[in-house]
Amino acid sequence: MTSAIGVDAARPKGALARLLQRKLAVFGLILIAVVLAGAVFAPLLASFPPDMQNFDGLTIQGAPMPPGGAYPMGTDLLGRDLFSRILYGARTSLIIGVVANGLALLIGTLVGITAGYFRGWIGAVLMRFTDLMMAFPALLLAICLAAIFSPSLWIVALVIALVSWVQTARVIYTETTSLAERDFIAAERTLGAGTGRILFRHILPHLIPTIIVWGTLGISTTVLLEATLSFLGVGVQPPTPSWGNIIFENQTYFQSAPWLVFIPGAAIILLALAFNLVGDALRDVLDPTQRGRA
Amino acid sequence: MNAGSKNASGADLAPEVLRVQGLTVSVRTETGDRSLVEDLSFTLRRGETLAIAGESGSGKSITALAIMGLLPPPAVRVTAGSIHLGDSDLTRLPEAQLRSLRGSRIAMIFQEPMTSLNPVLSIGTQLTESIRAHTSVSRTEARTMALAALQAVRLSQPEQRLNQYPHELSGGMRQRVMIAMALALRPEVLIADEPTTALDVTVQREVLDLLRDLQREFGTAIILITHDMGVVAEMADRVIAMKTGRAEEEGSTAQIFAQPKMPYTQDLLAAVPRMGKGKPRAETGTDTIARLQDVVVRFPLKGGLLGRATAQVHAVEHVSFEIRRGETFALVGESGCGKSTIAKAMVGLVPHQGTIEIAGQSLASLDTAGRKALRRRIQIVFQDPMAALNPRMTVGQLIAEPLLIHGLCTAAEQRARAADLMQRVGLTTDQLDRYPHEFSGGQRQRICIARALALQPDLIIADESVSALDVSVQARVLELLQILQREFGIAFLFISHDMAVVENISDRVAVMFLGQIVETGSRAQIFGNPQHPYTRRLIEAVPVPDPTCIRTASPRLSGEVASPVHPFGKGPKRLVLVDIGSGHLVAASP
Repeated sequence: MTSAIGVDAARPKGALARLLQRKLAVFGLILIAVVLAGAVFAPLLASFPPDMQNFDGLTIQGAPMPPGGAYPMGTDLLGRDLFSRILYGARTSLIIGVVANGLALLIGTLVGITAGYFRGWIGAVLMRFTDLMMAFPALLLAICLAAIFSPSLWIVALVIALVSWVQTARVIYTETTSLAERDFIAAERTLGAGTGRILFRHILPHLIPTIIVWGTLGISTTVLLEATLSFLGVGVQPPTPSWGNIIFENQTYFQSAPWLVFIPGAAIILLALAFNLVGDALRDVLDPTQRGRA
Repeated sequence: MNAGSKNASGADLAPEVLRVQGLTVSVRTETGDRSLVEDLSFTLRRGETLAIAGESGSGKSITALAIMGLLPPPAVRVTAGSIHLGDSDLTRLPEAQLRSLRGSRIAMIFQEPMTSLNPVLSIGTQLTESIRAHTSVSRTEARTMALAALQAVRLSQPEQRLNQYPHELSGGMRQRVMIAMALALRPEVLIADEPTTALDVTVQREVLDLLRDLQREFGTAIILITHDMGVVAEMADRVIAMKTGRAEEEGSTAQIFAQPKMPYTQDLLAAVPRMGKGKPRAETGTDTIARLQDVVVRFPLKGGLLGRATAQVHAVEHVSFEIRRGETFALVGESGCGKSTIAKAMVGLVPHQGTIEIAGQSLASLDTAGRKALRRRIQIVFQDPMAALNPRMTVGQLIAEPLLIHGLCTAAEQRARAADLMQRVGLTTDQLDRYPHEFSGGQRQRICIARALALQPDLIIADESVSALDVSVQARVLELLQILQREFGIAFLFISHDMAVVENISDRVAVMFLGQIVETGSRAQIFGNPQHPYTRRLIEAVPVPDPTCIRTASPRLSGEVASPVHPFGKGPKRLVLVDIGSGHLVAASP
């Protein structure tokens, strides 16, 4: 029923060029670029050091200042400039969101694809281990791990990766088992292709949509997981700001100073949205069967 | 298709039940409306069978959906014309009224009976629900009607069937249940969309016979949608040949088959494989390229508390045959007989017992490198070309893939070889950078063939490679295979369920039933002098594309199909093949 609709005329060359044709993807890229620039140039952009407690940063009653004047985003309960903390916090949150999440995706994909393709005892061992990890409370595990290693930003990223790869592994496993049964994989095997070639050249590209979806979903959850760890004292150590720990430090003031929660919350949502938009477009751009559809 | 309705004057007297006038169905696309069916008109009388024949994409299924009011909204819709069922115009009726018509006055059966039945509801529940949706009868009355419907389709043990679930029935039985459901309320019009395409030939025969009997009994008018001209010849009173949404030719079946006027209809008829039309074939070599000796493939079925294997599927049982250089060896049988499993065992996709020798080397004795080297001698072409091609690779990459895997030549040479192979299989080199979804089914199968040819194998296994294609495309692909065989001296193991195709292209044939070979010999021996009753049944079941051919009624089978599943330690009785003269082996009849 579906005859191929001619799309030859409008077929741009590279994947990047096709990505840039999509308005939403460009919007997402701009958002990411803004956050990145903010993180990198934080010392130049911030009007105060992030951990400086300003004398005039609190009202006479000792409450945080609302946005306006010298403090574009207001101040927190210690009179620190929220704008500066958000800028510096972007460094932490980007590292957690990108590095921890990326590492989690990598582990999850490798475990899932190996277990899904080989099945048998390799698959059984890997997946039972994954189930075990899933059943174990992630937060408890993270606290244990963080307590063993002395907390630093990179250790926190590693800990978060080690607890959040399991969902990805499960999903990738299921998809790989069904992909491995497809005829084109059988065809590839009859051509004499080796396991590595089948796994990475023929199965992996089909998993990209899933990986992208889980990757973008993971950004916000990992950023928040870091915040939880910080709150419990095993995450990024104060006074180093991260978007997550700004929310947690100030959540008791939610009624009287809502901006202290809303602003970092909005930042996390925007970052997740930006990655989501780019990821969504990337998935379509990388799929040849979607080519020519806007 | 009784004597009365086949007679033109008799049909004229019957009242008209459905009239389609100037029907146009369009789909909304970015570039505006594109018509899928254009200006189609026909009338259908009581007790008549009208066949709508055409290739895939000709708009025949869309026509059926339009009549049922089931066009996928909102993109596809009727843009002109009318469909009158009695006095009501179906294109103008609101959905609520259409719903009450569907199933009661107009019913439809689909190609795939498994997907059209709800797997979690019993047959009885589904039947009574469809009855109670249209009539205000009590549950017990509906059940009585359901039972009557199952009896009407001659299902064995109808009372028990009511409590069974779809997966407990075979494909043929499921299609009977679908027919029972469709006919339970005696609709005036039954639309059968490729009702037998997914079924085995012998089952197809039974379902077609059943439809014809029921039509005679109830006087239902049938619209039969099919691509199979053999089915058309056997079932239809009149034929509409459709091409790209238009009726190319319309006439009585006898007239269309005897004197087709339009070139399209002529091509459609010429492409149908017919028994007895196979050309004599050149002598082939005598050296053996593949030898199978006592090959056995069994799959364990796990069950019980500890997931231990309790039974085995005896997919292939003690199969032995040889394929000679340059010949076409056909393996025929119905679904589940183990023919594809043999193919998979030969290319090492499933483990086997017994000996499989390719070019003198036993598969079991080879190490990884040896097995990789052997891939260059034997290649396989699968049934569904879309599934067998990685959708994320260009055609050029796909064809060059085997060369790359075996490290045979430089990147530039690979591309040149791919381009050369594209031309060999009748495609153009400027299509190298396209993706599989941009090609038609027949072209995709050509791509698969080109990929199989890339390593210059001695043997190509064609596992139902033309079954999914339209007849005209099928004819061209078969022709291509024969040209390639002459040119390169390749041997083919041709696996098929279609006796007519096998008769046309093979040198030697083996007939399989439940994992064992029941008869094998040269084409002349098998088709000229079939000895085993199963072989005869297969040959007789093939629909003959000639309406004047009168078929002797074949004995109806009672439905139960033997199963290849046996508990551990037990197995099917091993058949002994007896040579009845010059290599014609037949299993001793039970």
